Amino acid sequence: MERDPCVCVMGEDVGHYGGSYKVTKGLAEKYGDLRVLDTPIAENSFTGMGIGAAMTGLRPVVEGMNMGFLLLAFNQISNNCGMLHYTSGGQFKIPIVIRGPGGVGRQLGAEHSQRLESYFQSIPGIQMVACSTPYNAKGLMKAAIRSKNPVILFEHVLLYNLKERIPDEEYVLSLEEAEMVRPGEHVTILTYSRMRYHVMQAAKTLVNKGYDPEVIDIRSLKPFDLYTIGSSVKKTHRVLIVEECMRTGGIGASLTAAITENFHDHLDAPIMCLSSQDVPTPYAGTLENWTVVQPAQIVTAVEQLCQ
Amino acid sequence: MATAFSSINVVQHARCDNFSVASRKPSSAFLGSTYSIRLSPSASRSASVSAAVNRKASSVSAVSEVVKEKKQKSVSSGSNLLITKEEGLEVYEDMVLGRVFEDMCAQMYYRGKMFGFVHLYNGQEAVSTGFIKLLKKEDCVVSTYRDHVHALSKGVPAREVMSELFGKTTGCCRGQGGSMHMFSKEHNLIGGFAFIGEGIPIATGAAFTSKYRREVLKEADCDHVTVAFFGDGTCNNGQFYECLNMAALWKLPIVFVVENNLWAIGMSHLRSTSDPEIWKKGPAFGMPGVHVDGMDVLKVREVAKEAIGRARRGEGPTLVECETYRFRGHSLADPDELRDPDEKARYAARDPIAALKKYMFENNLVKEAELKAIDKKIDELVEDAVEFADESPQPSRSQLLENVFADPKGFGIGPDGRYRCEDPKFTEGTAHV
Repeated sequence: MERDPCVCVMGEDVGHYGGSYKVTKGLAEKYGDLRVLDTPIAENSFTGMGIGAAMTGLRPVVEGMNMGFLLLAFNQISNNCGMLHYTSGGQFKIPIVIRGPGGVGRQLGAEHSQRLESYFQSIPGIQMVACSTPYNAKGLMKAAIRSKNPVILFEHVLLYNLKERIPDEEYVLSLEEAEMVRPGEHVTILTYSRMRYHVMQAAKTLVNKGYDPEVIDIRSLKPFDLYTIGSSVKKTHRVLIVEECMRTGGIGASLTAAITENFHDHLDAPIMCLSSQDVPTPYAGTLENWTVVQPAQIVTAVEQLCQ
Repeated sequence: MATAFSSINVVQHARCDNFSVASRKPSSAFLGSTYSIRLSPSASRSASVSAAVNRKASSVSAVSEVVKEKKQKSVSSGSNLLITKEEGLEVYEDMVLGRVFEDMCAQMYYRGKMFGFVHLYNGQEAVSTGFIKLLKKEDCVVSTYRDHVHALSKGVPAREVMSELFGKTTGCCRGQGGSMHMFSKEHNLIGGFAFIGEGIPIATGAAFTSKYRREVLKEADCDHVTVAFFGDGTCNNGQFYECLNMAALWKLPIVFVVENNLWAIGMSHLRSTSDPEIWKKGPAFGMPGVHVDGMDVLKVREVAKEAIGRARRGEGPTLVECETYRFRGHSLADPDELRDPDEKARYAARDPIAALKKYMFENNLVKEAELKAIDKKIDELVEDAVEFADESPQPSRSQLLENVFADPKGFGIGPDGRYRCEDPKFTEGTAHV
């Protein structure tokens, strides 16, 4: 925001309140109420307003207080955000960033525990990225703001308290590249967002058991970084996808299809995909735990794959 | 003298004798009609509504009131005329262009040159011309699927619009938008939307940018205004209300223009709306609501001057309801069987172009020959547009993937490590992405 005065923020409670997860804390005091705009509760319209502002020269960052609320903005995100650059014959670019916390939290109930990446992934004309660490959150956010394309940045409700030492110098990450988290030889584990931590936890167990998993945080949910993924598949010949998205039509489903299509010859075993159950996330803690993928399941899956 | 366009003081349009006339006080055209409607609750309301259903149009036309009156606009020149000769000719030419163009569209559609859903604007020209001819090039216009004439009024060349309709690469959107998605960055026409209501937030965003430029980027002379056009059906949609709220809340420089032609395809406005007086919904959000005779371009122009002026001065939004009518069906695919022929005849008699002509003759503003010259010029212009569109090439395959992203890196990295957009098949349009 300091570098470019056209960058502005809009969303519910982003200004005076500092954001529901304090992501925009302090910005309103520094940049004023118009640049950090507290909107009324009207997702479809203020997202559309952000798109209109982007078309006319600004660079808005629109926050969905919870990603799930963006379901109300689907009209604008699908029809206008994704399509207008094409429909206008390339005349209007829409450099908007739509971001917010999503994913399964701690007993927040079904509606506050949604994973919208599966719903938005088919929209032509948008890019989707998911951050998972303070380092890549900063880098991806900068990249998203600077991008000429509309980007949906998925944050996770449970990852806001992570602490990490990050460089003082400015850095921008690529929106289209995946991140190699742990190189390995036996199996490629593809994951993103919070499940990265479950995977790394499982990886510790696996290493103790003598396995050498390669862990890749795909980061770019649309488009997939087929080079990093492909290079890994060609090395290990076994793929496990671990995601928090639902099974049906989720990111894992698309990823499975993409890998099969492109790297079928290099696979020694069918691709395994661990996703959340296709269940409205229950409130009860035990049930909620069984809805998402847990490290123990990941360990079992790898053992199965590597037989 | 009795003309279709009375002076600025008394505004008339179709009357319904069922409604009581409160006080007929002279007022500026900004106030719209001088009749006020008295609808008492329940019983008499349903009586008047059913009576209105029989009369269809007239019940909606009777009303107005100004809620917030900043300044009373005094009649400008000493001449008492609403328009100068130059303005009259400009306005006449624009309306004739709209009419002739749309008629040509109908012809071309039935000849198989134009496809899909085409929504024509015949009859509503006064609204488009009345508002858009007062705008600067930097002001933005947002429309709906009935957008050909808004595009033409805003300055998009007829050739580009016709080519777009023919799906040719020389169209304003390279043939990728079509009838319902007219866009022009040069002329600040920001669409062209197929779903009703979805353009209104975009318009609100454009107005937000204007305010942002002035207040945050400190461009002191930025006073761009956005005019959003939409219909009566849209006024029952959530996005309309959400944007009225935000625009009034932040005093955005926007004018919301309702082109109330009483019909949303086959749904009569009265059958779908609890309170059919749309202008009244403005004050509920803290902005003036104005009702104006949308078949009379001079009246629309007077109202538009006020509303656009308000926005430019930073006083905030205005909701203007224009009573208008489409002479053709909803689209070229609509058999238009539900509308009463009497209603159509009544509105045909109020044809905005004929009315303007009459006013200009009666006030000795123009000679017949001058108008005929304009008619001829427009005929030639539109024919030239058709010829141009006909001869223009269809889009080639290479155009298929080009504009999906502003930055084509968005297609990602392929298995070979290169960005997909660097693959020659991508530029040929044969790559599968």
